[in-house]
Amino acid sequence: MEQIQLTGPHGPKPKKTTVSRLGVYAFLFSAAVFFCIPLYVMLITSLKGMSEIRLGELFSLPGDPSFAAWVKAWGEACSGVECNGIQTGFWNSVKITIPSVAISIILGSINGYALSFWRFKGSNLLFGILLFGAFVPFQVVIFPLIIFLREVGLYGSLTGIILIHTIFGMPIMTLLFRNYFSSLPDELFKAARVDGANFWQIFFQIMMPLSIPVTVVAVILQTTGIWNDYLLGLIFAGRENLPMTVQLNNIVATTFGVREYNVNMAATILTALVPLAIYLLSGKYFVRGIAAGAVKG
Amino acid sequence: MEETMANTAKVSTPRRTKRIQISSLLASAPMAIVAIGVFVVCVGYSVMLSFTKSRLFPNFNWVGLDQYERLWGTSRWVVSVENLFLYGILFIAFCLVSGFFMAVFLDQKVRFESGFRTLFLYPYAMSLVVTGLVWQWMMEPSLGVQNVIQRMGWESFEFAPLVDPQYALYGVLIAAVWQSSGLVMALMLAGLRGIDGEIWKAARVDGIPAWRTYLFIVLPMMRPVMITSVVLLAVGVVRVYDLIVAQTGGGPGMSTEMPAKFVIDHITARGNVGLGMAAATMMLLPVLLVIGPWIYREYVRPAKH
Repeated sequence: MEQIQLTGPHGPKPKKTTVSRLGVYAFLFSAAVFFCIPLYVMLITSLKGMSEIRLGELFSLPGDPSFAAWVKAWGEACSGVECNGIQTGFWNSVKITIPSVAISIILGSINGYALSFWRFKGSNLLFGILLFGAFVPFQVVIFPLIIFLREVGLYGSLTGIILIHTIFGMPIMTLLFRNYFSSLPDELFKAARVDGANFWQIFFQIMMPLSIPVTVVAVILQTTGIWNDYLLGLIFAGRENLPMTVQLNNIVATTFGVREYNVNMAATILTALVPLAIYLLSGKYFVRGIAAGAVKG
Repeated sequence: MEETMANTAKVSTPRRTKRIQISSLLASAPMAIVAIGVFVVCVGYSVMLSFTKSRLFPNFNWVGLDQYERLWGTSRWVVSVENLFLYGILFIAFCLVSGFFMAVFLDQKVRFESGFRTLFLYPYAMSLVVTGLVWQWMMEPSLGVQNVIQRMGWESFEFAPLVDPQYALYGVLIAAVWQSSGLVMALMLAGLRGIDGEIWKAARVDGIPAWRTYLFIVLPMMRPVMITSVVLLAVGVVRVYDLIVAQTGGGPGMSTEMPAKFVIDHITARGNVGLGMAAATMMLLPVLLVIGPWIYREYVRPAKH
């Protein structure tokens, strides 16, 4: 993994001419405004009543801010014929995300460890295939996987969708851990072997404690990725376990009578809340994670 | 430990190695199953089905290249491919340019740098469904941005791309660039920080203005970062599905249809697996041609260790 260091600025020394400094800030502020507008609109729309929204003042602050739309989005909004709000989707996403993240990271770290220190005949080829899997469009493998899961009776179940996320998370997790373990000094491993430690002892007692930073990156990457997934959840989770993103889209697409934009936006914010919180809390680890995908070791 | 020392005789070493190799093979089993079972067998199965007459369920009535002929005679597919190219090229170009500018401007020893950085990248943490729904609301013709600007007095202002087949794709493009350009910014900023500071002194001494240094010296040095960015963005382009479903549903008409959606629609609602798999194979082809040789060269062939 490429080490991304955000230390101090390295750019040219700023000239003291205030005009160009002003230009820099003008650019940055206008970019910041562009990036903020959707979040701002989403937030204020969710706090308005429908009569206020119909006035068409998209950017004006709510006259009488209320969380009524949030309450409705959480507990009463309709998707299709069911009107239980987005809460079922939230809990489904929790039930899908936690095991998927845990299993894919455990497997990815074991894979990366085996590929870095215990190369066997064909391990390079195996890794090459797995890496190819990181780039394959889902569409190419989805149908055979549907058939397979149907055969073993896991199609449309919680176990099924967790298995699917584990499969699709494996290439990137393996790459992440392989690159990390490859960067560790070889002597560490050799010394442990001379001392007679076996495969699992080295993994649990030496490698796992050392890989805490990369595990944090992996947790962030997988949690946001799986929480934000739509396609796999839609196809594999089944009616009972639809994740929050799918339910959100269903709620917004459900139109009997009036479209309640405030409820829609409240549901949208609620769905974005988890990854957004992770992003804000994780800082530099998030940036490391996004670069992990395409960087060679 | 004494025991180990006592056993250093040549006999015991191979035995231990053997045992250890078995546990390493065992540990690699899930990886082998996924790599071969999913990324070889499943992919092969999909390609195979593209040569059959499979409808809702797979069958093996071979029809040769009929499905491909049908596919390229289907206007929805042709439009999808055209859309993908237009969208992909513009998306990657806009993300690269805006990401580069944001990174360069952030690198000028500005105040609140980390605040700006956080703001530029947060959309990337959000799902494409969320992105699509927010922008759909902002682009709403009668209550969205268009309405606000028109009521401020600019009567002829138009910003409702999603209801106009001619501009709908650009509406999706705006949302996608909003979501992803922060990614390029983060990668480029890290790249800029990795460049030797001496370059700036040298350029200064030679009297080269900063913008020229960036354009002609720094930018070429950032080639690896650019490649990383393009690869990450391109993977996103080919997979674009969620955003389309949430923001436009492929419409109006076929103006925002994409290959990824074509495949999903044909294997689910339309129950035409043969045609869907032919389309999926067409999506696989460019990935195979570009990524395949690269992976082989970088990872499979060299057995250095």
